[in-house]
Order: sequence, then C-alpha cells, then structure tokens
Amino acid sequence: MSLISAKDLCKTYINDEVETPVLHNLNFTIDSGEFVAIMGPSGSGKSTLMHVLSFMDKPTCGEYLFDGKDVSKFTDDELAEMRSKSVGFIFQSFNLLPRTSVTENVMLPLVYTGDREAMRKEKAKQALVSVGLEHRLDYFTNQLSGGEKQRVAIARALVNDPKVIFADEPTGNLDSKSGLAVMKILQDLNNQGHTIILVTHERYTAEHAKRILRIKDGTIQSDEPVTNRQLADSASELVK
Amino acid sequence: MNILESIHSVWHVIGRNKVRSFLTMLGIIIGVMAVIVVMSVGAGAQSLILNQVKSMGSNLIGILPGASDEKGPPASAMGIVITTLTVDDIKAIVKDNSHVLSGTGYVKGAETVAWRDNKVDTNFTGVNAQYIDVEDAKVEQGRFFSEEEDSSAARVAVLGSTVAKDLFQDQNPLGAQIKIKKTTFNIIGVMKRRGTAGMQNQDNQIFVPMETAQKLLLGINHVSFARLKVDTADNVNPVMEDARVVLRERHKIDKPADDDFNIRSMAQGLEAITQITNALKMFLVAVAGIALIVGGVGIMNIMLAAVQERTREIGLRKAVGAKNKHIITQFLVESTMITAIGGIIGIILGISISYIVARVAQSMGYSWDFVVSIPSIILGCVVSVGVGLVFGIVPARRASRLDPIEALRYE
Repeated sequence: MSLISAKDLCKTYINDEVETPVLHNLNFTIDSGEFVAIMGPSGSGKSTLMHVLSFMDKPTCGEYLFDGKDVSKFTDDELAEMRSKSVGFIFQSFNLLPRTSVTENVMLPLVYTGDREAMRKEKAKQALVSVGLEHRLDYFTNQLSGGEKQRVAIARALVNDPKVIFADEPTGNLDSKSGLAVMKILQDLNNQGHTIILVTHERYTAEHAKRILRIKDGTIQSDEPVTNRQLADSASELVK
Repeated sequence: MNILESIHSVWHVIGRNKVRSFLTMLGIIIGVMAVIVVMSVGAGAQSLILNQVKSMGSNLIGILPGASDEKGPPASAMGIVITTLTVDDIKAIVKDNSHVLSGTGYVKGAETVAWRDNKVDTNFTGVNAQYIDVEDAKVEQGRFFSEEEDSSAARVAVLGSTVAKDLFQDQNPLGAQIKIKKTTFNIIGVMKRRGTAGMQNQDNQIFVPMETAQKLLLGINHVSFARLKVDTADNVNPVMEDARVVLRERHKIDKPADDDFNIRSMAQGLEAITQITNALKMFLVAVAGIALIVGGVGIMNIMLAAVQERTREIGLRKAVGAKNKHIITQFLVESTMITAIGGIIGIILGISISYIVARVAQSMGYSWDFVVSIPSIILGCVVSVGVGLVFGIVPARRASRLDPIEALRYE
C-alpha cells in the first residue's frame, strides 16, 4: 500500500464568489522511502499541492489517502493532529521563533504531541546532532547563519519522527554552499529511510531527488524517475 | 501542552517585553489598587464614624423634638427649631423608669468668650448636671456643676480642654472669671481631653448649667435634644417604649402618629450611619471599577496587536500541529497572566496606600482602623483574572482562527 495516494484530487479557491481552480484531478501515489521533487513554475499549483498533501489545506474534491486513511474529510483538529504526528516541515524562510534558543525552536512541535519536557529536550538534541548543530544548542536563532537556520528547521521537521518531511523551496533563501549542505542532509535523511517531498522550481535542485513530478497549470505534466541524479556528496556547491 | 507550561512560556514572553507588559498592566494595577484603597479607606472612615458614635456610650437613647419619622432625618437636623421638648420632660422620664440611670438635655450656642484681654470664639453647651454621667465624661481639674447649681441658674462654667488652653495658656483657670455675652461666669472645672465624639469636638466647648444657658444666654425654655443612659442594653427598647408613653402623656398626645418627638437608640443610629456609609462605599467601588474596565480595554488592544505581530508564529505553531484550542489557551493565559500580575501588584500597592492613610489618620488623632477586608482582596484577584479572560477572549479567538498558510505568508 502506498503512503500517499491521490485520486482525482482537485483544489478550487473561492474568493468573493469567484472560483479559481488551482489543481485539476491529480492522480499519483508516493511510497514510503521515496524522495520526490514536485517541480513547476510559479503559479503552477505546486505549493497548493504541497499544502493539501501536508494537511495544511483540504482538497475540494477527490480522495486523498494517507497511510490508508481518507484524509479529505478530516476536521481541522484531526488535520492538526496529522500535522503534529505524521509530517515535518521545512520552509523557504525558515520560520524560526526569534529571541528563542535553538533547542526550544526544535522542541516546538513536541509541545503539541504531549511529550514530557525532559523527553522533548532529549529528542531535540538528537535531531540537532543529526544535522550537525550539536555546538549551537543554546544559541539564539538570530545568532545563526542562514544555512544554520535552515538546519535548525530541518531538525525541527525531524524531531517528531514524521512519516513524511515536506521541504518547500528549502534552498531558496540560501547561498549555493549552504544550499548544497541542506540538500546533502535531505539526501542523507532519505538514505536513512525518511520519505521526503521537495517543492522547487529549479531543475538542478529537483534532480537531487529520485523522482520528479512536474506540475503545470494544476495538472501533472510528467512523472518520471531522475536519470541523472545529483549527489550533494560529490559537488562543492549547489549550481543554480 | 498543559496550563503550567503555557504559564512558563508566557512568562518568557512577558519578560521579553518588560516595558510594554508593565504599561499594559498599569490599567489593571490602577484599577485594582483603586478598588482596594476605596474599600479600605471606606471601611476606615466608617470605623471612624462608628467609633465616634460608640465613644458616646452604647446604652444611650436620644430624644429629638419633632415628628417621628424613622426613615428620614429628624426635623431638627434640617435646622428647624421645635420647642416642644423641655427639661421637665427629661426629668419625668428619668424619674419614671428605674432603668434610666441618668439623663440630660442639650442647648447650644456660639459666642465670644473673654478672660481679661483674651478673647476666644467658641461654643457653649447648656447641659444638666447628669451630663457627666450620661456621656461618661471626665473632669481633669476642679469639678462639674451640681444639681443645685443647675436648678438655680448658677453662673458657673466648666471648660473644655482646648478652650482652657486657648484662654488661659499655662495659667490655672480654676476660680477665674470669664465673660460670656456680658454675663460673668466662675470657672469651677476643666474637662479631660476627649477628642471628637458624636461628630463634634468635645474639647472646644464651655459647659454651663442648662438653666443658666436657657435663661441668661439664649432666652428659651426648650432643649434641642436629650440623651438618656440606660443600665443595660437589654433594657434599651423597653425604656424607649416607656419614654414614649411618658412623653405622650405629658404632651397630651392620643395616638403614636401624632408624636411630636422622636426617640432613637444608639443602635438604630449606628445602623442608619452604617447604611449610608455602605452605600457611599459601594458607589466609590463602582467608580473604581470603571478604571478596571478601561484597563481591560487596554489589555484587549495590546493583545490584538500581539496577535497581529505574532501572526507568523501562530501560523508556524499551527503548521507544526497546534490545534485551535492550543492557540486560544496560549493567548488567554497570556492576557490573564498580565492582568493577574497587575492585580497582585495592585493589591500590594492598594494595601500599602490604605495602610499609610490609616497611619496618617491615626497620627492626627482619629480613631481610624486599618481594615483590609479579605473580600476586597478576593474581589481584586477575581476581577483582574476575569478582566484578562473576558478581554482576552476576542484576541485569542482571532488568533486561533488564523489560516496557517495565510499566517505563514504574513509580512
């Protein structure tokens, strides 16, 4: 059984009674352990698709099965529960809490899972070690470089041991070197078994994944494996 | 996430914005402080009035001339002169009932009093010889006048301590002769200092025999009011009934509705005063309460601004799994904590100010009790937390309803 299965998935925004269809009857599946890049120009609907897949938004029609459960009819609280337990997020603009320590930032998702304080600290530390930030535990987020910030964000996405990690243009705000480091971490995580869905408009970044879903005007243009995969290990910087 | 953790994290938020948090609290601090101070100072002022009335003695009965109306103030208090009550009436009541220990009438006037070249504007009070027993007053020097001196309109006077000091400074007033309205009086005694009792400075007075005051100084036959002292509190009501019967008989009155006098016990007087001062206190508390509402609106304003300012944080929290109730709790805890801390500061300040007021009043010689009632503290706590909840709910709900995607895009 696939981890993610979309059947005739669509999304239409209704603003002041004007209907704006964004996604049209998408059909695809993603299995556990995959590294998929959703690629497309801006306005193609790739962000909307990610929001629907990551339980931030509800589809208008069609069926979205996650781990066998039909999520499309979930209530807001049930969706929050899914976000809390099943997925992790990495944002283009990091979205770290200012004037708050690195560890506390990483602990944030655990605040809503019911873990005890000591357990949260331990998990946050482990997650930070796995992205190579064990020397920054007590720093404030505004004392970090952009690359370090995004690694904190990756640690935060990892900390609740999610089934899928969503990365929305994770290298968009980074220089090529830091961007490469982030891609390397994502590839490493995938090698360890994590399912990763990457949203990007850059072909080169997308080629770090194993499979690319190309979206245009709300429909899937192509869905094919990456033949010439970029390995962050062998490169010295991320070519844009 | 439980409440304790929310409190912990909110503590950091408040700590990060110390100045703003304090300014936000200020409305609540002032409001709670005002409520505490008003209640305490009100209770202190009430105690002052009651202590003054009580210092007259609690087994007292007062008789005022004029129709009996328990609801309204007596006519004589409105400045209307009624001449129906006489010294003989009082003597008849004292004679009639063995539970009445003593009784005296009162007449008052203000006059310039002279001794040699010294002149003092003061009050003179005409009382019967039993005055000293009725009011439990003490003579410091010399003696009070006797029944004989009273009935024979003797020209003797007893000075209140303030008058004695003003007129004679350090010299011995006993045996000296003073002039009141061209009449010469022999000083036979000086009263012990009594302070204020019954809303009147008892030391700035000259006591002269009733007969003397009526005939020589005022040219009247009636008394303005009278007081009786009863042996025990239990006998106060029967004595009042008895006195009414005696007075009706003497004044030839058939039915109680036609009474031309008004008899009240000290207990009734205390009750009336307590009612008035309580009403006053409640009014002042209501005024202070307005400050709390204004403070609450301030909280709402700041919390709405905080929701706006932290839109991205709210979006992020929702993205990583916070449910609506988590966000509501977070903001409600924040607004409630601000008001609760403000409330505690307000209570401490309010108690301090009330204490200072009481000490100043005491040092000025008033028998002012420092009273901080537990209900006023509980009220302060409940109201400040309540204000936080009530005025925090709108911002908290607004925060919880933010769409996470929109909130994360907010600049």
